[in-house]
Amino acid sequence: MSQSEFETNLNSADSAVAVFERDDRTFLSNVRNAVRNYPTLVPALVLIVSILIFGIIAPRFLSPGVLSLVLQQVTVIGIVAIAQTLIILTAGIDLSVGAILVLSTFVMGRLSVSYGVPLPIAIAAGMAIGTLMGAFNGFLVAKIKLPPFIVTLGTLSVFTALKLWYSGSESIRNSDIEANAPSLLWFGEAAARPFGATITYGGIALILLAAVFWFILQHTAWGRHVYAIGDDPEAAALSGIKTDRTLISVYAVAGLICGFGAWVAIGRVGSISPISFEEINLATITAVVIGGTSLFGGRGSIPGSVLGALIVGVFTTGLSLAGVDDYWQMFAVGNLVLIAVALDQWLRRATQ
Amino acid sequence: MKNITHNLEPVLQAKGLMKRYGTVVAMNGADFDLYPNEVLGVIGDNGAGKTTLIRAISGATAPDHGVIELDGKLVNFHTPDDARNAGIETVYQNLALSPALSIADNMFLGREIREKGIMGKLFRKLDHKQMETFARDKLSELGLLTIQNINQAVETLSGGQRQGVAVARAAAFGSKVVIMDEPTAALGVKESRRVLDLIQDVKSKGIPIVLISHNMPHIFEVCDRIHIHRLGRRLCTVDPKIISMSDAVAMMTGAMEPPPEALAAK
Ligand SMILES: Nc1ncnc2c1ncn2[C@@H]1O[C@H](COP(=O)(O)OP(=O)(O)OP(=O)(O)O)[C@@H](O)[C@H]1O
Ligand SMILES: [Mg+2]
Repeated sequence: MSQSEFETNLNSADSAVAVFERDDRTFLSNVRNAVRNYPTLVPALVLIVSILIFGIIAPRFLSPGVLSLVLQQVTVIGIVAIAQTLIILTAGIDLSVGAILVLSTFVMGRLSVSYGVPLPIAIAAGMAIGTLMGAFNGFLVAKIKLPPFIVTLGTLSVFTALKLWYSGSESIRNSDIEANAPSLLWFGEAAARPFGATITYGGIALILLAAVFWFILQHTAWGRHVYAIGDDPEAAALSGIKTDRTLISVYAVAGLICGFGAWVAIGRVGSISPISFEEINLATITAVVIGGTSLFGGRGSIPGSVLGALIVGVFTTGLSLAGVDDYWQMFAVGNLVLIAVALDQWLRRATQ
Repeated sequence: MKNITHNLEPVLQAKGLMKRYGTVVAMNGADFDLYPNEVLGVIGDNGAGKTTLIRAISGATAPDHGVIELDGKLVNFHTPDDARNAGIETVYQNLALSPALSIADNMFLGREIREKGIMGKLFRKLDHKQMETFARDKLSELGLLTIQNINQAVETLSGGQRQGVAVARAAAFGSKVVIMDEPTAALGVKESRRVLDLIQDVKSKGIPIVLISHNMPHIFEVCDRIHIHRLGRRLCTVDPKIISMSDAVAMMTGAMEPPPEALAAK
């Protein structure tokens, strides 16, 4: 093969390939690399440290009862945060998760309590409606190419209106559920009571669901595609990923998770109310961000979001046990969000 | 000057491709032929429309008009995935890698290998190990990466190493046609040499290659035929064994008319 003159020395060139001897092994860059490679490290540490600190401030906090109460409090937020994580990983956002959740609770409740539909069918219908609403969001984002923020701001109002219409602005009482469809409340029951802690089936469901979606994101092609789309949608499409189809499926799966969360929520609350869970949209975004998932997409994890939800729960419960007013709890959580976003920016700068 | 004639049918052919971006005409009746077993060079000024042409051929951009034929059969690629499934593999000028994903993930994006057995069948679990081994082998062949780096995120690689990943990916998976849009732009002398060698390897497997480059020595070294692109269309094709580099550049910039037989031999 012909070679240009200036290349003649190549044959005698060192054939060893670049060895990555990096000279930037400062403490800070080590920390940065560790955080980048193990994104759940920071929320895990924050959770442990905050539990210890609140244990010192308010010793009652460290009792199994209180700690398990935190888990119960964040069960529904945690489940919906899994849905929110999937969407944020694609560089999207979903402001309609709360409306999907509550509308699904009403489908389940109305069908089983008011119309006597067998429970499995009522639950399946509620989850199907949730999936459908999610898919509608996904369709508008992927096919009509509208920004996710605007799409879900719109469907937030649409789904909320549907929720109020379908519920007739009336709650379904706990006594009616217990009389007609007691299994709807199953996730609120205690599965075990070790050392005075109360572990509900809902809490177990949260952990299992998180494990399932961790597996899906890390170990299936669909999961890798979710990351790729959030990372660089153009590159993902050129790499042969069907981005539209994947995006729609992400929103639909998020809707399905919200539908499942609806069942858990009925057990957690004990009744079904059209004005419940009004703050869950922002609460899930908060949990996701504190859990280390980037709002710009492509980076983050499911366990991180569950940890994020737990951190918020620890802060609010811990501060209220310490006798701190509500608004200071908000203040603290707000600061956590800002710190988490700043940390994400710092990590991104390091790589670009 | 001898005509470059072909008794063979083209593997890949495009006729009369048009593409407008607002008022910019990126392709203005562009034709294109790629014959079996050849390395076709595509040269042209910046903005001549080379990238637009190959994006149309690889399903990344939908042309406004014109037809594309693969093995004489009309094809209509709606997505890059369609072209990939037809065996056309492309190194894009902007590389098309996902920065936060690992090298192995990137190599197999959109064609992941699942584990054998129940975990793969039922739970669709990916065979990370097999994909990593394959990616590592391909990259060592290209001599661009050390073994322990296969799981590092692409964003932590240098520009040249990223280009190496994209080239290795295309060369490994192209079964019908491999297209490379400036694959050596970011590469050093040694690495460029490896890519040129790789092009010969791919050719020796019987797969034709399209090489877009501004590097005339590279083009003249590895190409069997050169397609000169100018103002959104093919000006002519020339034989690098007959024509000189300076003449090719003169034609490509409009300083010289192409010889009539080169026009005829389109
Ligand atoms: N997505 C786009 N939107 C608008 N204009 C575009 C787009 N893509 C290409 N063009 C225009 O089309 C023309 C041809 O661009 P193209 O990238 O195909 O050129 P090229 O021959 O590959 O150039 P280079 O050698 O610099 O890579 C240019 O004028 C460019 O500005
Ligand atoms: Mg180009």
